[in-house]
Amino acid sequence: MDIEFSEINKSFGQVHANADISLKIPGGEIFGILGENGAGKSTLMKVLSGYINPDSGEISLGGEVSHISSPADAIGYGIGMLHQDPLDFPPMQVIENFVLGQKGRMILTYKERIKEFQTFQNKFGFSLDPRAYVESLTVGERQQLEILRLLWLGVRVLILDEPTTGISAQQKDKLFRALQLLAGEGKTIIFVSHKLEDVESLCDEVVVLRKGRKVGKVSPPYKTDQLIEMMFGKQITLLTPEPAVKERVTLELKDLVVEKYPLRIEDVNLQLKAGEVVGLSGMEGSGQDILLRACVGLLRPVAGQVIINGKDLSHKTYLEFMQNKVSYLPASRMEEGLVPGISIAEHFTLTGNTDRKLFIDKEQFRQKTQEKIDEYHVIGRPETPVESLSGGNQQRVALSLLKESLNILLLEHPTRGLDIESAIYMWEKLKERCKKETSIIFISADLEEILRYSDRVLVFFSGYVSKPLDSRHTSLEQLGQLIGGKGWEDELVAKESYEPSK
Amino acid sequence: MNPANKRTLSIVFQLGGLVLAILFVTLILLLTGANPLDVFKNLIVGAFGSTNRVASILVVWVPLTLVTCGLLVTFTTGLWNIGIEGQITIGAIFSTGIIRIFMDTSVSPILVIILSVIAGIAGGAIWAVLVGLLKTYGGVNEIFGGLGLNFIATALNIGLIFGAWSREGVASMSGTQPFPEVYWLPNFRSYNFSWVSIAISVIGIVIIFLLLTGTHFGLRLKAVGKGMKSAHRLGIPPKKHMLLAFLICGCFAGLTGALQVVGVYHRLIPSISSGYGFLGLMVAMLISYKAIWIAPIAFFFAALNIGGIQLPIVLQLDSTLSGVLQGSLVLFILLMQGVKQRVLGKS
Repeated sequence: MDIEFSEINKSFGQVHANADISLKIPGGEIFGILGENGAGKSTLMKVLSGYINPDSGEISLGGEVSHISSPADAIGYGIGMLHQDPLDFPPMQVIENFVLGQKGRMILTYKERIKEFQTFQNKFGFSLDPRAYVESLTVGERQQLEILRLLWLGVRVLILDEPTTGISAQQKDKLFRALQLLAGEGKTIIFVSHKLEDVESLCDEVVVLRKGRKVGKVSPPYKTDQLIEMMFGKQITLLTPEPAVKERVTLELKDLVVEKYPLRIEDVNLQLKAGEVVGLSGMEGSGQDILLRACVGLLRPVAGQVIINGKDLSHKTYLEFMQNKVSYLPASRMEEGLVPGISIAEHFTLTGNTDRKLFIDKEQFRQKTQEKIDEYHVIGRPETPVESLSGGNQQRVALSLLKESLNILLLEHPTRGLDIESAIYMWEKLKERCKKETSIIFISADLEEILRYSDRVLVFFSGYVSKPLDSRHTSLEQLGQLIGGKGWEDELVAKESYEPSK
Repeated sequence: MNPANKRTLSIVFQLGGLVLAILFVTLILLLTGANPLDVFKNLIVGAFGSTNRVASILVVWVPLTLVTCGLLVTFTTGLWNIGIEGQITIGAIFSTGIIRIFMDTSVSPILVIILSVIAGIAGGAIWAVLVGLLKTYGGVNEIFGGLGLNFIATALNIGLIFGAWSREGVASMSGTQPFPEVYWLPNFRSYNFSWVSIAISVIGIVIIFLLLTGTHFGLRLKAVGKGMKSAHRLGIPPKKHMLLAFLICGCFAGLTGALQVVGVYHRLIPSISSGYGFLGLMVAMLISYKAIWIAPIAFFFAALNIGGIQLPIVLQLDSTLSGVLQGSLVLFILLMQGVKQRVLGKS
């Protein structure tokens, strides 16, 4: 189905999120929409999928003017959107989520549905357990579920908003293969991203947006420099920062065993030095998050020790880790990171009451917040509620809320969903902390990020953990193979104390 | 849209809810064959027709204000303290118990009254913290825990009135033997309300207003209510704050129960909570949990309660009509808030 946007306008307060955007998307194509954070990509897609009504402009579908004013209308036209944060029902099972929203008989026959579901997912090479609970799935798996559900509903146009953030390289391959299959069947795929390589390797055509406006349309072969210039208006060069590792050990893991169904990680040994950065790499759901949570008291180890600055905190709570200056920045910013419904200034008030006062000095905290907003270049005001900030700005706020002097900082996907500029900025700030002897452990699905910023890397593969690799002597290919489960024999032999039990 | 316009529109929607509620009640009255104008006139006359009646409004205003104060704390923390009725009842029982213990001793009556009120506060707090413990450590949702404890409190109350504390000779629904007058809170002139209760309520409102809008503790409660996981990550222990919210709400509920005993009924009666707990839930929802509105809206609801009393006598209508009006008011105003959000945009 051909889609044509004509002169779409949408403003949020002062921000012109979409300005006179006209665009034609032919059916049967994988069409890329590229732009940095806040370029207006998501807004345009939410207009198409009925979540937002435009201020002016119209959309034609297959040559006819459409009237989309709700997501249900959009589904009626065969348009389905896969959101950056999956809109599913975590406490329910995969099969229940799949069946939801389908028109059907009164009585559900799960046996049949499961059979249908299995056949359907095999077509795309997905392997979800229909009886698993959605909350136990990784982001990548939840995404697969949502794609299956939308396709089963008969969607002919599939919109994917930043689908490759937070999923592993393997899941990305699966996703891309599925999308190519669908395009081959004549479905229209709209692929929204800020990741150049994804767009370059997948899309038949790309349109670039910047600050709410259409910059231009490009066809393959793509020139990366040209795309970057269209996105940012200027060239950005990446620098590899200097390591700042000291000899002092800040965190020590001794024969640590952690478990969270269905994974069990055994005998992890690590000595983290002050100022050191350790990257955790691997397919999503290979155990990185479990280890990270065990390092900050959010998950109790089954055996072994977690020692912070010589103190054994193995079975202590998160708050005790906090008191020992260990901090944790989770991937889900609005669920675990920031409190929705309260302002930036209120966040600083919550975390900044160090002298345990009873009453709030509002003016003092407003000023302090304004200083931080300026320092971290947050686009927002002290009284802005955090949920109305863009993802990149939320991440900046979360970062600026961290205490100044930390021993250890644990990060889950610190630059997920951020544009290149924000990501570079984020790491500049983190490396500043390393110079002040803060150690960092971070999870990332982006291998380049892992190699560029880590001093050492731990690779995870379905519950196995490699010995720490020196990132200067590790290549992207090596890392990719380990993540995919190759080359582990050497790893296991090289590490004397490591005896995987299976 | 600029803020001034937004505020005007907001008020328009609130008033719209009020109008719709009145229309809805009018419709019900027409269906039952009553003359709506007569009814509304009688409601107003019933509430404000004489100084005695205005005094009666204040008698209702005190407990309603106090429970609403407490409920704002639990609502702010994202908790539904349905168990407030039981907390009022237990407060009343504790308070009665203390007076019964010291009634025939030489301890100064004023001291006994003070002790009795403190005991009431403690009783309500214990009952509320039980709900909180069940939720935080037992995994029992506070709605179910509260509901269960409400039944237990009622049973205990009835059991005492007809059992251990029953009047000599005849146990009766009219309650326990009234206390001697020295153990009553002093009434204002010949009216049946006490300045002490009014003063305590006003202090209660001020405390809750300051707590929720000006203190670090209040902001932490709000953070736990809006995003428990995030709050925990930012270093706020959610369980502790939930328990504290229940504790504070329980104190207010227990205080309410105690004041009903020493200030209004001067004995323990079966329906000592009089449904003020549930009515308080409605007031709290109606004012969107903003402390500044407690006093006027509680007064309005109290006036409706008193205004409804004479309906059966004058118009042969059931006095629960006030309840219908209160309930539909809350429903329609909440409904209009939903409509407003749709109109102002989902963004």
